[in-house]
Amino acid sequence: MSSVENMVRDYIVQNILFSSNGYPYQDDTSFLENGIIDSMNVLELVMFVEQKFGVKVEDAEIVPDNFDSIIKLSAFIRRKQELTTASSS
Amino acid sequence: MLVQEFLERSALRTPDKVALVCDGKRFTYAQIEKSANRIANFLTNKGLKRGDRVVVYLPNCEEAISSLFGILKAGGVFVMLNPTTKYDKVVQILNNCQASAIIALEKDLEFFKRVRVDVFSILAMIQVDHLNKVANSEVVAGLSAYSEIMAFSGEQQPKKVNIDLDLACLVYTSGSTGDSKGVMSDHSNVDFATSSIISYLENTAEDIVINCLPLSFDYGLYQLLMVFKFGGTLILEKGFVFPAAILSQIHAERVTGFPGVPTIFALLLHLDISQFDLSSLRYITNTAAALPVSHILQLRDKFPGVKLFSMYGLTETKRTLYLPPEELNNRPGSVGIAIPGTEVWLEDEAGTRLGNGQTGELVVRGRHVMRGYWNAPEASAARFRPGSLPNERVCHTGDLFRSDEDGFYYFVSRKDDIIKTRGEKVSPVELERVLYGINGVVKAAVIGVEDDVLGQAIKAILVSQNPLLTQKDVLGYLRNHVEDYMVPKYVEFVPDLPVSESGKILKRDLK
Repeated sequence: MSSVENMVRDYIVQNILFSSNGYPYQDDTSFLENGIIDSMNVLELVMFVEQKFGVKVEDAEIVPDNFDSIIKLSAFIRRKQELTTASSS
Repeated sequence: MLVQEFLERSALRTPDKVALVCDGKRFTYAQIEKSANRIANFLTNKGLKRGDRVVVYLPNCEEAISSLFGILKAGGVFVMLNPTTKYDKVVQILNNCQASAIIALEKDLEFFKRVRVDVFSILAMIQVDHLNKVANSEVVAGLSAYSEIMAFSGEQQPKKVNIDLDLACLVYTSGSTGDSKGVMSDHSNVDFATSSIISYLENTAEDIVINCLPLSFDYGLYQLLMVFKFGGTLILEKGFVFPAAILSQIHAERVTGFPGVPTIFALLLHLDISQFDLSSLRYITNTAAALPVSHILQLRDKFPGVKLFSMYGLTETKRTLYLPPEELNNRPGSVGIAIPGTEVWLEDEAGTRLGNGQTGELVVRGRHVMRGYWNAPEASAARFRPGSLPNERVCHTGDLFRSDEDGFYYFVSRKDDIIKTRGEKVSPVELERVLYGINGVVKAAVIGVEDDVLGQAIKAILVSQNPLLTQKDVLGYLRNHVEDYMVPKYVEFVPDLPVSESGKILKRDLK
């Protein structure tokens, strides 16, 4: 399992679900459909992504396609990291 | 007019018009009318009688809307329940209203098995299976699949069994005693309140309203009821979790009306909205909690040409006050005047009516004053008191207001200690009761602290005898025991809490 997924899952478990039994959903489970995150949590997640992965998230990127499951968010982070690396090299 | 006639008349007038856009699908009035008829005929066949309560425990979706109208068509009373409500409270409400049926999206059959045992009044349970992942409903006695009802129940409109003095819905709201109370609305209350609001918003069938608020919240519920009454289109969203997606939707669907609460607007003000085409918007409404004046002024600047309505209400009268948008520049801090066809005034502690320029409790008179609290005569008598005419009732809001010299009202404070966070009411007593269930917690106090985005943020202050208990443990426990909006932003451990001689925690000293 790649480390981006693990880090995102850990963050949600520790800071949003406050769970002691790990992440009780699948990685493709929709955050929105299952009430896993709310509008406040999204802002926290954006801050987490920016700080932890060193990428800048634009307002228009905070949409379900990028933020609605562990898989989608991890893919988004990787895309952003590649762009950042490409532009700085 | 009966509330189900909002749908029936629009379906007759404009059957092929899109009534609802939700989950990427479009539904016409005729489609929803047929689905609602199928639900009604099913419930009647199951033995639902006039006045029986049916709980709808669903997120915002088409099935919730068809169910609501189907319940009314069968002569029943609908109760919309927040989908983040946890099991114990679901059962408490089912038993409080003696529900005859429940319509829910639980994928877990265990939920229905437990309800069957824990709620004696239940005749029927419907499992919404729009994910098509559901299983064999035969396993649990009394459980039917929504998709089967859509396939096999009759689509003919049932005969009317009620009149407009019958109850249409119960809306559960937090009370200062910690128990949720069901506010009883009859059809005429809903008919009157919707007409009054539609008149000042100047809604027409051309309006397209986007609703991000839960249908369990009366402000969200009334968006649906009003749109179906004036024959417009409702864009129903699951929440305001992804603001950019909502703004894109406003553009894509050419939305004209956008109701929100202060938290939604605070989030919007953080966004660069210039990249979205929001030119279709005609009006924005705010209620549930007062918008800070600075936010009102920023919103006005961000949405030039859009009418901004500041409003105030409580479930017990639906909407109470609105500020005509043309007054916004003169009195940005005011929530206005009584809604059309109603009157309000201020009273002091002795019950004396106060004049303009004074501060007192807001009292409301009109046909939007609801029928009281379900099965709670004492609480009803305190809130809904005799008016000046025989048998008349007026609503004592429990909220302090001041008025200016022209008779415009300004919210001052609540008389009780209910916290308003994200526009939702939270009872500190209810939350403290849950906190005492945590092993080691010996004293708990819940207070509201000012917050730019939330209005008030919830803070739990605890005395614990368990040295291993952490903030995370507390928050994790609450996530599993209360609705999402009730989970505190702050948890603090202290060595002790100040108490009065009678042993009551002195919260005033904590603020």
